[in-house]
Amino acid sequence: MFKHQMSKNTEFVKFDKVDKSYDGKVLVVKDLNLNISEGEFITMLGPSGSGKTTCLMMLAGFETPTNGEIYLDSNPISNIPPHKRGIGMVFQNYALFPHMTVYENLAFPLRVRKVQKDEIDKKVDKALSMVSLSGFESRMPAQLSGGQQQRVAVARALVFDPAVVLMDEPLGALDKNLRESMQYEIKHIHENIGVTVVYVTHDQGEALTMSNRIAVFNDGKVQQLSSPDKLYEEPVNSFVAEFIGENNTFGGEVTDISKDVCKVKLQNGEILANPISVNSKGDKTTVSIRPERALINPKDKMDNNQTGKIEEVIYHGDHTRVRLDLLGNKEFILKVPNSSNELDLKLGNEIKVGWNSQDARALDPK
Amino acid sequence: MSSETKQILTTDGIPLEISLKKAERKNKIKAFLLVAPLLLFLIITYIFPIGEMFTRSIDDKMITNMLPKTFKSMETWDGKELPSEEVFASFLSDFKILVEKKEHGKLAQRLNKEKNGFNTITKKLFRQVKRNKIDETQSIKEQIMKVHKRWRNVEYWQAIKRTAPPYTSAKYLKAMDMYLNEDNKITQVSEDRRIHRILWLRTVEVAFFVTVFCFLMGYPIAHLLATLPMKYSNLLMICVLLPFWTSLLVRTASWMILLQQQGVVNDFFVMIGLVAEDNRPEMMYNKVGTYVAMTQILLPFMVLPLYSVMKTISPSLMRAGKSLGGTPFVAFWKVYFPLTIPGIGAGCLLVFILAIGYYITPALVGGASGTLISNQIAYHMKTTLDWSFASAMGLMLLGGVLVIYWLYNKLVGVDNIKLG
Repeated sequence: MFKHQMSKNTEFVKFDKVDKSYDGKVLVVKDLNLNISEGEFITMLGPSGSGKTTCLMMLAGFETPTNGEIYLDSNPISNIPPHKRGIGMVFQNYALFPHMTVYENLAFPLRVRKVQKDEIDKKVDKALSMVSLSGFESRMPAQLSGGQQQRVAVARALVFDPAVVLMDEPLGALDKNLRESMQYEIKHIHENIGVTVVYVTHDQGEALTMSNRIAVFNDGKVQQLSSPDKLYEEPVNSFVAEFIGENNTFGGEVTDISKDVCKVKLQNGEILANPISVNSKGDKTTVSIRPERALINPKDKMDNNQTGKIEEVIYHGDHTRVRLDLLGNKEFILKVPNSSNELDLKLGNEIKVGWNSQDARALDPK
Repeated sequence: MSSETKQILTTDGIPLEISLKKAERKNKIKAFLLVAPLLLFLIITYIFPIGEMFTRSIDDKMITNMLPKTFKSMETWDGKELPSEEVFASFLSDFKILVEKKEHGKLAQRLNKEKNGFNTITKKLFRQVKRNKIDETQSIKEQIMKVHKRWRNVEYWQAIKRTAPPYTSAKYLKAMDMYLNEDNKITQVSEDRRIHRILWLRTVEVAFFVTVFCFLMGYPIAHLLATLPMKYSNLLMICVLLPFWTSLLVRTASWMILLQQQGVVNDFFVMIGLVAEDNRPEMMYNKVGTYVAMTQILLPFMVLPLYSVMKTISPSLMRAGKSLGGTPFVAFWKVYFPLTIPGIGAGCLLVFILAIGYYITPALVGGASGTLISNQIAYHMKTTLDWSFASAMGLMLLGGVLVIYWLYNKLVGVDNIKLG
């Protein structure tokens, strides 16, 4: 899918300096600039109240930007009402029309576009088979399970071949197993038809599995926009590091800095870190280390070697989580794969822990 | 698989089914006892009075009890020529008993209702009986026929025979401006005396238009109530409910103050020059007054069911309709409106049924052209004391409501009603 993308419009959807305020006092979206390529699956991820849903609503046309402009395929759309934008949308609680059958629900966007009857039949058929719900045409939404309703909602948003589909936390109401299988299903549908998807969620796991790119929102701003792996491995600030995945942090002050390594002085101790957003000596910083990057009794040579006391051991099936008291941080988490069982993980034991300075990212202070 | 056919036993060896029924029975009795007072109350205050009303409306036993022998002997009479000696004799003996009990006047009155002219001839017969002029050893038939020539007229005896059955439909026919003529045929009263049918039609008309007005005004209000933020919707709700908390009489009286010819509304019209001082329109004591006051009074009954239904409709449905390409009107008409039908049904049914039996407001602001059938019922209850006629009209009203309910059930389905 990516190979087609080179020729495609990289500014298919464009937020240009968009501000949004509801009450004239607080900006819920601040100076948002965001380009979405054609055919891309982009996720807006963030805690509630971070402005991600507002952005989606502005794109759908249910809210107008207070300032700035949104472009769809290079056309400004701020003054186009929702029904003329041709954007499909999947709502949080499906918003299926309860008085219509599945067929009528899917036919609705086609009927308002005055599509011929046999054409409607064909498209509804195709859309239903895409979400593997063929044969459910005459059911009422209330007769379907949550997952089936969700799939109908997806089919309805896609049936009229929109250029962009918006999804507003569509899987929030499903249970965990169903949510995971729906994630793959939606991802595969996207790969098959190549529609541009803008997806809003507060579930980072969902975002990481499904998206081409993720925009992490906080405080009305995009904190980082990058691919899932980069987002996880290379967070640009401490909010992103904290929000995505698990994270061990140390607060401290830079005492020495070179091109790709810096010395950070902690309350009790000193570590080497990778300078990301620190520039000079004396900068305050938060150092972030992913749990799986720190190893117990490392065999290879590592430039950070510390000793910690085991505070807690939690069995997780495929791995064991170990909480350490390390350099004054009592919440230092380690993930130990359960295949390496020769370790002596007992409460109160002192163990050696090591990590590379490359993986310890010195970010902005919290 | 064998367990399906095998009876499951409890640990005591009793079949599970029986044991379960035993346990359930206690709960059933408890549940019944809880509703029993209400059930009793309903039977006493609702079903029993309606039954009473019904028997009263068709009751014609008085005369049946007055002339028992006469009616017995009349059973064999073919009703074509004058009846036999036997009939005359039993009539006389019935009559004598009535004279003793001084009830002959009631008989005369009742018979006169059936056919004009009975008053005179009954009085004449009474005098003869009083003076013991009738010799029972001779032909009683000849003697009675001599009392007045009408006693020789077979039509009068036919009239007596017609009163024989203990039940009559006369009151119902009267309520529709009809009666049974001499040949037992249903006939309309002369045109200048047809008042009830006009009232029936007017009642239905007023109820219908009040329902329509309530719907047209209530729908947007209910929508606003359901979509406004809590802070404002509560205030608006109080405004809607305020009329509920004011006495019906006070509200009607205030409409009188507003609508009368020297009233506030007319004064205002004159002030802004809409109408001339000497040409103030009549807005009360006619249908206009009835419409205005009843619409205002019944509005909450439309707004509340609509509101409760609209409250449950998720705003994302309208958004979905729009995002799928429907214009705001299409989204409203195809998505929102069909979902409010249960509320519309409940509201309209409620308002219509209340309006069709409305009494105080039309009585006060209706005037001559604005009174409804209920006012006529009240008139017969209080003034003419013809309770059986009032009962008959009341039951016809009830029957009409039931028919509407049945029709509604056929068209929309009662299960779709949502009152809250």
